[in-house]
Amino acid sequence: MSLLEFFLKQRQEILQSSIEHVWLVGMAMLLAVAIGVPLGVLVTRRPWLSRPILGGANVAETIPSLALFGFLLPVPWLGGRADRMAIAALTLYALLPIIRNTSAGISGVDRAVREAARGMGMTDWQILYRVELPLSLSTVLAGVRVATVLTIGIATIAAAVGAGGLGEFIFRGLAMVNNQLILAGAIPAALMALMADFLLSVLERRLRPVR
Amino acid sequence: MNAEANGTSTRDASPEPLIEFRRVNYALDSGQRLLHDVNFSVARGETLVLLGRSGAGKTTALKLINRLLEPTAGEVLVEGRSTMEWNPIELRRHIGYVIQEIGLFPHFTVEKNVALVPHLEKWPEDRVGARVRELLTMVGLEPGKFAGRYPHELSGGQRQRVGVARALAADPAILLMDEPFGALDPLTRGEVLTEFQDLQDRLQKTVVVVTHHVGEALALGTHIGVMDGGKLEGIYSREEFLRASGPVTSAYVALLRMQERAEEEDL
Repeated sequence: MSLLEFFLKQRQEILQSSIEHVWLVGMAMLLAVAIGVPLGVLVTRRPWLSRPILGGANVAETIPSLALFGFLLPVPWLGGRADRMAIAALTLYALLPIIRNTSAGISGVDRAVREAARGMGMTDWQILYRVELPLSLSTVLAGVRVATVLTIGIATIAAAVGAGGLGEFIFRGLAMVNNQLILAGAIPAALMALMADFLLSVLERRLRPVR
Repeated sequence: MNAEANGTSTRDASPEPLIEFRRVNYALDSGQRLLHDVNFSVARGETLVLLGRSGAGKTTALKLINRLLEPTAGEVLVEGRSTMEWNPIELRRHIGYVIQEIGLFPHFTVEKNVALVPHLEKWPEDRVGARVRELLTMVGLEPGKFAGRYPHELSGGQRQRVGVARALAADPAILLMDEPFGALDPLTRGEVLTEFQDLQDRLQKTVVVVTHHVGEALALGTHIGVMDGGKLEGIYSREEFLRASGPVTSAYVALLRMQERAEEEDL
């Protein structure tokens, strides 16, 4: 049976797993942005927090993913459900590039622009959401793009704890020594990563501030 | 304004000092003192130019007026009230601010840049639009042509004009300018300078300008304050300036004479 025929036969299941995969990654990215962007802003406001925050995110990045699931298992609300646990782990992995790019983007805003904003009587919040965030949006988005591509790959491990996603095929294929099954997970995941990369890079270019 | 007369001003100010420095000191956290016991006052409608070399404390003095910096001793009064009693946001919206790098918002059109403070002050939309057109015309930029442009589509001189328009947007009584024409080439600088003089003749704002160009100081200032090493050597009217005896002031006057001679020889 050719790979194509195999894919056609399994299309229902592949589609199902892809949707699960997108859901896992999507939820993780939403959470990572919701947590990472404020942390990135905080780092620029309180420089002494930069070491603990970036350091913490850096450490999270280095924990092997299977071990991370092991650590999350006893956590009350998370450990009970595989998808919650997977999303929490993926969120942790996605944080570092988002925090780093947010703080780099904001620090990169022209000093004169910030001084003019302050001198004209903008409040700290107004400077943040009218000047600094719009001007660093493309840098923040570049971080989101890196994190998304990374997360789509890592999310295949979620199947190890029963959270579903395209990893299901890969794990089954490994167990059954069936390359077609492995590819049924790997190819859609790779395509998904390429597509996310492309779409987010288009958005990023759109949002790049004029010089 | 009911500014009381007070004895601390260093010269015979007209009865209404809009800005007043009383024994103002400013030191960095490291202890380095950038301003030493600076006293002066600026009356309504006057233009005070702070002249001095780099590091003389001019910009520091300027930033104390809109409370971008806070004095470590003494007080700065704006409209008779210490800047520390003002709400800093309210104070700054009350004062136009122009800096050498201009700091136009690169993601805003010219129109939005100029409209910033009126928007922050929640003016009705039609009034903001009318004001923007009025200001752009005032600084010599045709609104129909320039309102929709972005800062990177403008020349240096045009950008500086937008910077001035933006600072004047909410019709502040006070205008602070830090090396406003410093980044322009000499010809453009001359043009913008002349335009600004005309503008100031009409608007009669109270202006404090920081510069290290003695020619610019004489062209713009009704009064010239010469600063050196964090101290004010003196405040002079134009005529007084040319006759003043302080070491830095006389050095500037000598420089001015030299430039004039060079120009005459060229002609």
